[in-house]
Amino acid sequence: MDAFTTHTGTAVPLQRSNVDTDQIIPAEYLKRITRTGFEDGLFASWRKDPDFVLNQPHHAGATILVAGPDFGTGSSREHAVWALQNYGFKVVISSRFADIFRGNSGKGGLLTAEVPQETVEKLWALIAADPATEVTVDLAAQQIRAGDLVADFAVDGYVRWRLMEGLDDIGITLQSGAAITAFEKQRPEFTPTTS
Amino acid sequence: MARTLAEKVWAAHVVRHAEGEPDLLYIDLHLVHEVTSPQAFDGLRVAGRGVRRPDLTLATEDHNVPTINIDQPIADPVSRAQVDALRANCAEFKVPLYPLGSIEQGIVHVVGPQLGLTQPGMTVVCGDSHTSTHGAFGALAFGIGTSEVEHVLATQTLPLKPFKTMAITVDGELPLGVSAKDITLAIIAKIGTGGGQGYVLEYRGSAIRGLSMEGRMTLCNMSIEAGARAGMVAPDETTFAYVQGREHAPTGAAWDEAVTYWRTLPSDADAVFDAEVHLDATTLSPYVTWGTNPGQGLPLSGSVPSPANASDEVERTATERALDYMGLVPGTLLREIQIDTVFIGSCTNGRIEDLRAVAEVLRGRQVADSVRMLIVPGSVRVKLQAEDEGLDTVFIDAGADWREAGCSMCLAMNPDKLAPGERSASTSNRNFEGRQGPGGRTHLVSPAVAAATAVAGTLAAPADLPALS
Repeated sequence: MDAFTTHTGTAVPLQRSNVDTDQIIPAEYLKRITRTGFEDGLFASWRKDPDFVLNQPHHAGATILVAGPDFGTGSSREHAVWALQNYGFKVVISSRFADIFRGNSGKGGLLTAEVPQETVEKLWALIAADPATEVTVDLAAQQIRAGDLVADFAVDGYVRWRLMEGLDDIGITLQSGAAITAFEKQRPEFTPTTS
Repeated sequence: MARTLAEKVWAAHVVRHAEGEPDLLYIDLHLVHEVTSPQAFDGLRVAGRGVRRPDLTLATEDHNVPTINIDQPIADPVSRAQVDALRANCAEFKVPLYPLGSIEQGIVHVVGPQLGLTQPGMTVVCGDSHTSTHGAFGALAFGIGTSEVEHVLATQTLPLKPFKTMAITVDGELPLGVSAKDITLAIIAKIGTGGGQGYVLEYRGSAIRGLSMEGRMTLCNMSIEAGARAGMVAPDETTFAYVQGREHAPTGAAWDEAVTYWRTLPSDADAVFDAEVHLDATTLSPYVTWGTNPGQGLPLSGSVPSPANASDEVERTATERALDYMGLVPGTLLREIQIDTVFIGSCTNGRIEDLRAVAEVLRGRQVADSVRMLIVPGSVRVKLQAEDEGLDTVFIDAGADWREAGCSMCLAMNPDKLAPGERSASTSNRNFEGRQGPGGRTHLVSPAVAAATAVAGTLAAPADLPALS
């Protein structure tokens, strides 16, 4: 995973609440067995509408998604994170993220920056006024800067450290191999096995 | 110190604890299916890692599988490739698999409990958000993403931050015709799709104690629709009676030892929850969703809400969008909404008690001419049990379509889909836009309401149907 310290890019306002992972990537795209190429499925149903915000030429190349509350609810499909990343997004900003989506994002290197809804609305206004507005998401300072807006964002401290170091979770856990083996020796014998 | 059920199960699985870091939690059971696992197995191969505990891992094919002609190769080449990938991965990594055609095949969350693999006090994960189902046994069970699937395959552990705890107490006797599904729809309507975020829910109170294990599974299953990764019910005699005698349940002295331990798990009387919600069971009635998220639900006696009555701008636009998508007009009585398709099934309501509830309504009645009704058992075992009880005859005589086991129209990854604009009453768990097929419109209901709706052609409870002569 690439280390993430700070990112600057243009942003897309997604002015909807409860954007569930079925909308981010519909089930028909989940049959693939690779981790790449999901960009065509991102918001597939909504993108059929020419007026949908992602279809606006002035938002082409945007790398930051600014969404309404409760982003990423529903299914645990990590394909939602891959679809956003494959499309080119590096950061999603919202006032509230669903737990599993936020966890998946942290694993995959997509930053979920949590801010008050008021900040989301200020960002929407800035982007509406000028879609070319550059937004900087500074993970070291936990700060979003755009135009005259300077706002702090919340992110889990451990996830922040991992993202900034670009660390692989499994590699970290395998350092505790001896503790896992010791734990296994004292598990109750009545716990079931599948074999 | 007094602890809750969730805290006890958590504490019993901590492999490593360090200040400022997530706890490393041991996983007792890892369930796997074809959709969220291929990239995880790929990751293992790339890193040269193996599966640490194939004996604590179990795979089944459910999301993609067809519900007709299962003796033939899967027609959709992409679905077939995904199922083939699971079979190859399980063979390579020695993971036990129940493939299509096996008597143990079925929806992963129906299969685990049915085999006795889900037991109180365990940690259970699966790359599927409805893993919360297994919390009905007093297990800490939650859905994970594909990176976490790979993590559990490689290490049998997960690094996790402790959850907060929320008690949801439902006291009183449930009125006749009100089921676990109605309780969960009422809870989600009350606390919202984000109300449980960051929490493990513990369902308590006399109405919960009175539910069967299958009812408790329905309830815990939909915890994720309130934003909670896990929901739990404390194990009791109902739990022990359900587990005892199943294939993977302990026997003899090990059974006694297990039950002794399980009895220590319920939350201590003076345990403190981070949040509490109360519901009076006696005020509940059959619920139905009108919108495009599971929190947009109302009693069946209600009418389609108006955006004008929304409490804020976010809710107003969400209501407008939902009504537009659903093709509904504010003020319309819910009972007047015409339904094209009725779907019975899913990990929420695809078990034998659900099918019995449906058969009770359909016996001696006919599905309306304007309605197609699909009945999909949650597992092959459920199918065989239903056929043993003659329920299939009731379904077929009523004009319903009796299918093979799988996730089917709950998420429409197989050929069972709604057409654009088609409207369903569904016993599944999600009414998201396009969930049951692009452009499809979903009303979530209980099995009894679904069956009555199939007969009436409009949203209905069994009590609305003319009495049988």
